[in-house]
Parts: sequence; structure tokens; C-alpha cells
Amino acid sequence: MILNVKLLEYSLSSLWRRKEKNIALIIVYALVIATLGSVLLLTHALKTEAVTTLTAAPEIVVQRTQGGRHELIPVTYAETIAGFPGVGKVTPRVWGYYYDSLIKANLTLVGVEGYHEQLELLEGRFPQAADECVIGAGVAEAFGPQIGDLLVLEDSSKRRSEFRVTGIFRAASNLLTNDLVVLQEAALRDFFAMPAELATDLTVQVYNPREVSTIAKKIAYFLPDSRPITREELLHTYDSLFNWRSGMMLAVFISALMAFLILAWDRATGISAEEKREIGILKALGWETSHVLGAKLREALLISLTAFIVGLLLAWLHVFVLGAPLLMPLLKGWSVLFPTFDLTRVVDLYQLAVLGCVTIIPYLACTLIPAWKAASSDPDDVMRG
Amino acid sequence: MKRSVVCLTILLTGAVLLVSLLLSAHLHDQRHLAGWQDKRDLVSVLAITDLSLSSEARYTRHVTQADLFSAFQDFPASFEHFPTGSMIPPRPAGYSGRVLFESSQQVRP
Repeated sequence: MILNVKLLEYSLSSLWRRKEKNIALIIVYALVIATLGSVLLLTHALKTEAVTTLTAAPEIVVQRTQGGRHELIPVTYAETIAGFPGVGKVTPRVWGYYYDSLIKANLTLVGVEGYHEQLELLEGRFPQAADECVIGAGVAEAFGPQIGDLLVLEDSSKRRSEFRVTGIFRAASNLLTNDLVVLQEAALRDFFAMPAELATDLTVQVYNPREVSTIAKKIAYFLPDSRPITREELLHTYDSLFNWRSGMMLAVFISALMAFLILAWDRATGISAEEKREIGILKALGWETSHVLGAKLREALLISLTAFIVGLLLAWLHVFVLGAPLLMPLLKGWSVLFPTFDLTRVVDLYQLAVLGCVTIIPYLACTLIPAWKAASSDPDDVMRG
Repeated sequence: MKRSVVCLTILLTGAVLLVSLLLSAHLHDQRHLAGWQDKRDLVSVLAITDLSLSSEARYTRHVTQADLFSAFQDFPASFEHFPTGSMIPPRPAGYSGRVLFESSQQVRP
């Protein structure tokens, strides 16, 4: 009955009679779905990016804490940890932050040791001398240098340090390298005036993935002032951070959902006198309650499906074509260096199905319940109002 | 032309467009497996632990590496300072400390 062309024509005529109201309704409905859809697409894309790329992160990172805060870790801890069975290489890392007071940008300075193979995502080459560096695309964009230019920073004793830019990370890696400045480890240690017996933290290689949590517990037991962070915890953090049910996007999601509920509530409580009269006439002409409900269901489905498709297309355009300009300020805050995204176009069909359920079904219910109330009343009463 | 034909054509076009976008995303992902590997190589070489999203505060730049005293970062119970701090809450990993009070009446064995 729903697909009967004549009845479809009738439903469309009925919608067309109140075209201003219905067009406005579709626009609001589509915008609500576009907002919810944008949140889902963006969080899922960021989550996929994080959990896919960070699977190559160190198995365990060990920090030292003092007074509840992160402190530099003695390099001798590496020897203790390397002595545990199942542990491979333990590498001290040197990294930290550098603030530029002019453009108010925070840079992350990372030290690398030894020779590294050429990376696909690096234009140029890795630093091979103490006065060389590689920078992220965000740093290059903010300050405008090119390969071969000099990067001049003030070290901890306000001395001028110069580093020749030998490479710039490609924009495809922006989500990982946007604010990075990579130096040789010895150069960075010198720059931060960090003693040779200390490091920022340690990375621990574990041969058997099943032993990671056991080794982390061992580290915490034998080195009580340490804080071991496993790769599993790291992935879990990003998984929960970009989960649409919790974390960063919940506020947006709830706001949009509330707007939709107000819209649905308005539909549920406010069937117009004209609509009531129409239902009364149909009943008087011999339509049964089920026929009236069928007609109303068709109208509601036409509005819902149109709004759902338009909303999702808008969400796609917003997130994957325009780079989510309306949601990015939530993540950007006061950051000066913020990556321009080329988000991987990944979509979770389950999430889209949930979005359909939480928007279409309540709307159908809110349309059908008042129509059913009107349709089950006496036609004469309904027409008289 | 009948309204129903116009309506069904528009709906069908929208649906086909949407499905083709979803399919293209899936196919694009399958074709660019090498791109993921390049990113993993980068993560492996630089020992990257976090996404370079918000660089305004260390607890939002390095979400997994930051300690717990986030707001103003210098004293407990301080107010949140950075806007992204309310979007990216602290995720304490690797801490195992406990707070335990024992009654003064309790007799130790």
C-alpha cells in the first residue's frame, strides 16, 4: 500500500499544500542530521587515523613521576628494564616543547639518534649533523621556511642556535607531524641543557605482545617512581577520546539531539486544525484508520528520508570536502599550529544505522501518534474541531 | 510530469549518490593501504605516541603522556584554562597509586 503510486501522489499533494511549512521542516531536520552526521564522520575518521597509525607506536613508554608530575628519567633505568626477560631494546627519548612568543605557537622538539632510511612522507632527508633539522608542514606554513633555510631558536641559556632545514614532512602526515621539529638527539640534549644521564622518557620494545602488560607491571614494581604506558592503553585512550558516546564531541551531539527532540515534540503535540479537518474528511469519505495512518506514514517517511539523505550529504561535504570547519574550533582552541586535515574517508555503517534509528523512528512516532488520535475519533467531532 | 516520479527520482538520485560516496570511501581505503604503512613507518621511526591535534597545552597535545594536573598545570583543584581541555579530558594511564584510610580503632594484627 505504501508504494501505491496513486496514494503516493495523494501524499505528495498533501505535503505540497503545506509546502512552506514542510520545506522549512526538511531544512531544519536535514541540518540536525548534518550536525549529528558531521560529529560521527569526524570522530570516526580521527579514531581510525589514530588507531591505525599508532599501532606502530612503542610497546611501552616509561616515564618517571615525582610529586605526581612528569620528571626526567635516569638513563640507568633503561639498564634495569633491559634486564627483564622478554624485553628487547630500551631507548631513552629526548623531546620537549618550545614556545614562540611572537606568533604564540608551541613546537614539539624531538630528538632522533642514528641514521634512518628515507621515509615516503618526508620531502628531503633526516638530519645527519648536529646543526640540521626536519620540520612539520604546520611549522613550515606558519613561519614560511623552505628546505635549505636556517631555523634559529634560543636555547635554555638564551643562546642563538641555528639548524639547517634538511626536510619537511609532507602534508599527508600532518596529523602526526604538524608541529614537529626533529633534531639529532645530541643536539637536542645540548639545546635543552639536559644532562647525559637523564632522558625525557624511555621506550621499551617487547618481543611477545602477550607479555606487554606483565612487563609493564614489573617495571612499576621494580621502579616504583615510574609510570609505564602501554601501547594498548594509548590506543584505548584515542578510541575512547573519539568515541561519539563520550569525550570531545558529546556536547555537540547532545545539543543537536536536543534540537531534534524539540522539533519532534512540536510535531507530536501540534497537529494543525487543517490536518485534523483533512483526517476527518478522509474518515467521512470511508477511509479506515489504517488508511489514514498509512497516508501519514508515507508523508513522514518522505520527509524523513529526504532530510536524512540531504543531511548525510551535507555532513560528508562538511567533513571530507571542507575539512569540518564548524567543528574544528572545538579541537583547535587557542592553538596556533593546527593541522589542515586530509581525513581518511572512512565511514562506520553501524553508526549511520544508529543515526537513522535515533532520528527517523522518533519522527515517525511523533507524526503517527497524533494522527492516530485524530483518526480514531469521530469524523464529525474532528471536522468541527 | 507526475509529482511521484519527480519525488522518487530525486530520492533515488540522492540515495545513489550517498551509496556511491560510501563505496568510493571503502575502495579508496583498500587502494591506499601503502599510505597507512608510510604513516606507521613514520610513527615507528619517531616513536610518536599522539596525534598532533591541539598544540595549545601539553595535556591536549600529548594526551597519553600528560600527567593529571591539567588545568593551569601547577596546583590541584585549579580551574580549566585551555578551551580544548574541556573537549579532551585527561586520560590517566599507567598510574597504580591508591588512597587508603584506616580507622584508628582498627587493631592491627
